[in-house]
Amino acid sequence: MKILVAYKRVVDYNVRIQVKPDGSGVVTEGVKLSANPFDEIALEEALRLRERGLASEVVVATIAPADAAAHLRNGLAMGANRAIHVVADRSLEPLAAARVLLELVRREQPGIVLLGKQAIDDDCNQTGQMLAALWGRPQATFASKVEVEGGWARVTREVDAGLEVLEVELPCVITTDLRLNEPRFIKLPEIMKAKTKPLQTLALADLGLELGPELKVLHYEPPSKRQKGIMVKDAAELVAALRARGLL
Amino acid sequence: MSRVLIVAEHLSGRLNRNATAKCVSAARALSPEEVAVAVLAAEPGPIAEEAARIEGVDRVLTVSRPENAHPLGQVLAPQIVELAAGYHYVFGPATTFGKDLMPCVAALLGVPQVSDLMAVLGPRRFKRPIYAGNAILTVEVPEGIPVVATVRIASWPAAGTRVESAPIEAREVAVELPAHTRFVELRQGKSDRPDLQSATRVVSGGRALGSAENFQIIYRLADKLGAAVGASRAAVDAGYAPNDLQVGQTGKIIAPELYIAVGISGAIQHLTGIKDAGTIVAINKDPEAPIFEIADIGLVGDLFKVLPELEAALG
Ligand SMILES: Cc1cc2nc3c(=O)[nH]c(=O)nc-3n(C[C@H](O)[C@H](O)[C@H](O)COP(=O)(O)OP(=O)(O)OC[C@H]3O[C@@H](n4cnc5c(N)ncnc54)[C@H](O)[C@@H]3O)c2cc1C
Ligand SMILES: Nc1ncnc2c1ncn2[C@@H]1O[C@H](COP(=O)(O)O)[C@@H](O)[C@H]1O
Repeated sequence: MKILVAYKRVVDYNVRIQVKPDGSGVVTEGVKLSANPFDEIALEEALRLRERGLASEVVVATIAPADAAAHLRNGLAMGANRAIHVVADRSLEPLAAARVLLELVRREQPGIVLLGKQAIDDDCNQTGQMLAALWGRPQATFASKVEVEGGWARVTREVDAGLEVLEVELPCVITTDLRLNEPRFIKLPEIMKAKTKPLQTLALADLGLELGPELKVLHYEPPSKRQKGIMVKDAAELVAALRARGLL
Repeated sequence: MSRVLIVAEHLSGRLNRNATAKCVSAARALSPEEVAVAVLAAEPGPIAEEAARIEGVDRVLTVSRPENAHPLGQVLAPQIVELAAGYHYVFGPATTFGKDLMPCVAALLGVPQVSDLMAVLGPRRFKRPIYAGNAILTVEVPEGIPVVATVRIASWPAAGTRVESAPIEAREVAVELPAHTRFVELRQGKSDRPDLQSATRVVSGGRALGSAENFQIIYRLADKLGAAVGASRAAVDAGYAPNDLQVGQTGKIIAPELYIAVGISGAIQHLTGIKDAGTIVAINKDPEAPIFEIADIGLVGDLFKVLPELEAALG
């Protein structure tokens, strides 16, 4: 079985993002980019399934500008067998990304597609679900545990009410939550080895896809700031301050 | 003129009233002609009745099928697409239920989704947060397609209750449903404490608590205040608290009147979950902790000393 991992590059989660004063976007010049944390977890899970003998090949895929090749090399260094780079000169919304991924699914015929539950730049939390709906296959979103047996995946999901367990028939879509695993660190020799692993590039336009309607982005603004607070020195003062505000 | 369809969230035969009533408020901000609530369940009866008494709901549509006993996105989505014919907007809450389901609906309709809708600026113009709430985006949905959105419930007040009920209409949907998903179980943390997402007061604990045993002092303070309990990701990862208590970008986004953060540093991913809280109180031994930058009331001190004093002072 082959596993396809959607592996997006985003602004690193440690960066405190700044909105440009003219509201035209956020500052990305000179800002550190990394793999989306949820996608690293997705890749780690795929590698573990392969290591347990449940998968034979792990393919990482990204839809990104040409300079994202180094990002895919990181995925290869982490342990993926192959990479697919769909070169797009602009960022795609989830519906378009899902349609591109569906085309890769058509070509690659994976048993499982693993994605992050959300990309931490757009925070959409849509792509995996859209892919599953377009593909007509089951989804198990927000996974914190994945077991594969007999053509089915048994997935524990983090939901608002607690933990839900679903069984989904393969092929299927799984999106990852943070507690699924802890991604491994990349070792230096792996970086060398990754240089010779296959990395296929496809031009988005050559896929001949209808990407569908998109939202029009009109404006970016910083969030409203909270007013500066007060400091109290002990529990008694805290209680008094809460009483004064009518909160007790 | 426009019509809005809201997908109701429910569990164990009960409506998630808070989430649904907040979607109704977001829908009402569009000044629509009609707001309908769709209840898809095995036995929709009592759920529909509660939905019908939410102020601002014009009608409730029910679909009763055994396959709807559990909320499976790929099972519900094709039914909602059928119901959505003639509606211009399809809204669901930005809870794990809505996040799982609504993108399937959007994909089947072939339209983009607006996630975490936090403000309505016009019939097709909305605000939503990106980058963990560090930027707010204004987006416009193109003309001629339905608007599919998840509603960020912390941004909206819950619509009220009224005595008279909106009409409830049973609908048949003749779509074939997939059998590729089996529900196994839901493991729920049983608790008679207030629900984290609708509580007016929340006390949260972080990594500083050090153990599940020590975390009990958070529960004690919460009980004293009639508050719900929350936790940082670090506290959940370390096993001090169950996952459904996590507050933040990847946990629950909440807006209580009072939020008390105990031994939580205030990472951006945590802060994004509490930005809309009325009053934020931070108790932390490090005066440089980022949580103090957004706290309305800060107290620098050791929680193991401060919390017992606080309990005593509350009487
Ligand atoms: C993609 C992504 C998503 C994330 N999503 C979330 C999320 O949804 N929610 C979330 O919370 N985090 C999330 N995180 C994690 C987040 O970045 C932080 O790691 C986490 O919030 C830290 O938790 P903490 O504040 O409890 O722990 P720490 O950062 O370790 O802080 C502990 C604090 O306790 C204080 N302290 C220690 N001892 C005492 C004492 N005796 N008395 C008083 N104070 C004391 C310390 O001064 C410190 O400030 C996410 C991270 C990533 C990468
Ligand atoms: N451009 C992309 N390239 C690769 N994977 C993507 C891309 N966009 C979205 N994804 C995948 O979809 C997940 C959810 O993204 P989103 O719906 O944007 O929050 C991400 O965690 C990725 O796994």
